[in-house]
Amino acid sequence: MATPVLVDSTPAPATPVTLTDTNRTTRPPSEVRRSPGTFRWRLWRQYLAFLLLAGPNLALLLIFTYKPLIESFYYSTLQWNIGSPTARFVGFDNYIQFFTSSKTAQVAGNTLVFTLATVGGALVLGLGLALLLNQRIRGRSIARTVAFAPYVLSGIAVGMLWLYIFDPRYGLLGTLLSAVGITSPDWYNSSPWAMVMLIIVYLWKHLGYVALIYLAGLQGISQEVRDAAALDGAGRWRTLRSIVLPLLGPTTFFLLITTLLASLQSFDLIHAMTQGGPLGSTTTLMYQIYQESFVNGRAGYASAVATVLFIVLLVITLIQLKFVEKKVHY
Amino acid sequence: MAAITQPDHLNLPVRQQRQRFTLLDASSYLTLIIAVLVMAVPLVWMFAASMKQPSELTTVPLQWLPQTINADNYATVGDRLPLGRLFANSLLLTALGAGLKILLGLTCAYALVFLPFPFKKTVFAIVLFTLLVPQQITIIPNYTLVASLGWLNTYQGILIPGLASAFGTFLFRQHFLTVPVSILEAAQLDGAGHWRRLWRFVVPMSWPTISAVALVSIVAEWNEYLWPFLVIDNADMMTLPLGLTLLQDIDGMNNWGVLMAATVLVTLPVLVMFLILQRRLVDGLTAGAVTG
Repeated sequence: MATPVLVDSTPAPATPVTLTDTNRTTRPPSEVRRSPGTFRWRLWRQYLAFLLLAGPNLALLLIFTYKPLIESFYYSTLQWNIGSPTARFVGFDNYIQFFTSSKTAQVAGNTLVFTLATVGGALVLGLGLALLLNQRIRGRSIARTVAFAPYVLSGIAVGMLWLYIFDPRYGLLGTLLSAVGITSPDWYNSSPWAMVMLIIVYLWKHLGYVALIYLAGLQGISQEVRDAAALDGAGRWRTLRSIVLPLLGPTTFFLLITTLLASLQSFDLIHAMTQGGPLGSTTTLMYQIYQESFVNGRAGYASAVATVLFIVLLVITLIQLKFVEKKVHY
Repeated sequence: MAAITQPDHLNLPVRQQRQRFTLLDASSYLTLIIAVLVMAVPLVWMFAASMKQPSELTTVPLQWLPQTINADNYATVGDRLPLGRLFANSLLLTALGAGLKILLGLTCAYALVFLPFPFKKTVFAIVLFTLLVPQQITIIPNYTLVASLGWLNTYQGILIPGLASAFGTFLFRQHFLTVPVSILEAAQLDGAGHWRRLWRFVVPMSWPTISAVALVSIVAEWNEYLWPFLVIDNADMMTLPLGLTLLQDIDGMNNWGVLMAATVLVTLPVLVMFLILQRRLVDGLTAGAVTG
């Protein structure tokens, strides 16, 4: 970062403007060096200005993000109902319970299925859509608008809209399926289909975002590179596999991290559509944390689940970042 | 530019590919049209259903359009929910939330870029790291804090815990690093302090970034559900998305016309804003990928 930065804060008329780059902010300009007291005073004034400007945001982050992070570890050692003033210290019991409970196997399985299907599906379908949108064809900008629109809508509203479409009696999907001779499954109440329904809706909502990010990536790949590949006799598929996909590497890694974080935190759709049911078949770790803490009165246990999930997420993200640094050139 | 999606044109020499361009274009078109229909039809269906009478919703050969353009279902939503209050709450919280977030992001980014401070890079890392902290780990402690302050069912209870700006700070910082220093130099010679330099010089040069962040924040605040849902149970304090699930609880899932009318009320403002300000909004939502 070699951008020059203005370090001087006082409007003292006798002092010329001091410019230095950020790596050397503490080095006083020659004139100031003659009076070290003045320099120190000015530096303190600048620190004060920094605190006044950045302080409120930093304080909010500390109070509402970092403090909870630490508190969550503490809560995870308690047997405790969220409204209650009293709690019992139980050590690592919540963690032991989490790792031995049969419910955990189901919830972790649901989370894995939902995450893999939504992240994988969004990346593959999003890339396909981006490749289509990257062609010079008429109506491209309208298609782009339509594809992106669902991403800006409320998750609750999208869930409600699709509940209606999946309605077993009067839903659009059932009617369309029966028109081609397929009997629609009972999406609301049958165990694998409720999850399939959620995945479809999640993909519908998030596809446009992935496609647009990929589209930006595709537009950064110069036509010359592709022309060169074509001259070398590479076909479309070959060009895609050997030229385009590797060059989209950074984009894919970025999307992997962001879609993974978003997918693991999704709450609105599940809450509007299935509330974790039927029989817990769509309860993900996120939804379980909500249910245990705000419905079942087991906030300590929920904190343990949240802590485990956070550590898993952190490890995955760090591995991905490490991998990006090594493998991908920006 | 050639399409590169169709696997049926594998490994053909360039000349042969060129001869098949029209066929290729046709199949891409078809795929694209199907994709657009899949994305658009549910939205059209929602608008149509919001104006259908109960009998029209259950006809067996599917009825696509309502017989009359009417607001009956919307009136029913108004009977069930304090709609004016919900709209006002949503508007107020969105405006305050987005506005304060931008203010916090701008001031924080200005300090990070233009002022010296010990371990400034660490401070920035502390801001960035919060982007990786998922909501599920903060909701329980924050709920406890908000409840102990007596902020349940209050605006500040909804607003303040989510106010800090990490994404905005990040984007503003990236932009501020490109602001030519000579301008601030001139401002300083004129005797402008930091506050004035920020508002009179840096902000006017940053409108594209600010408007992108503003639009993203507006969409996020309008759609926010989980946190308000946890801290609010009084219908008069609810936002529109909360009203939608309240309606679902009251009415069950029998009257789709009414539920779709409420769904339109939640989505339409954002949809209209998106259609008008598309370019900027997309820039903001995809900004992380380009700069990161």
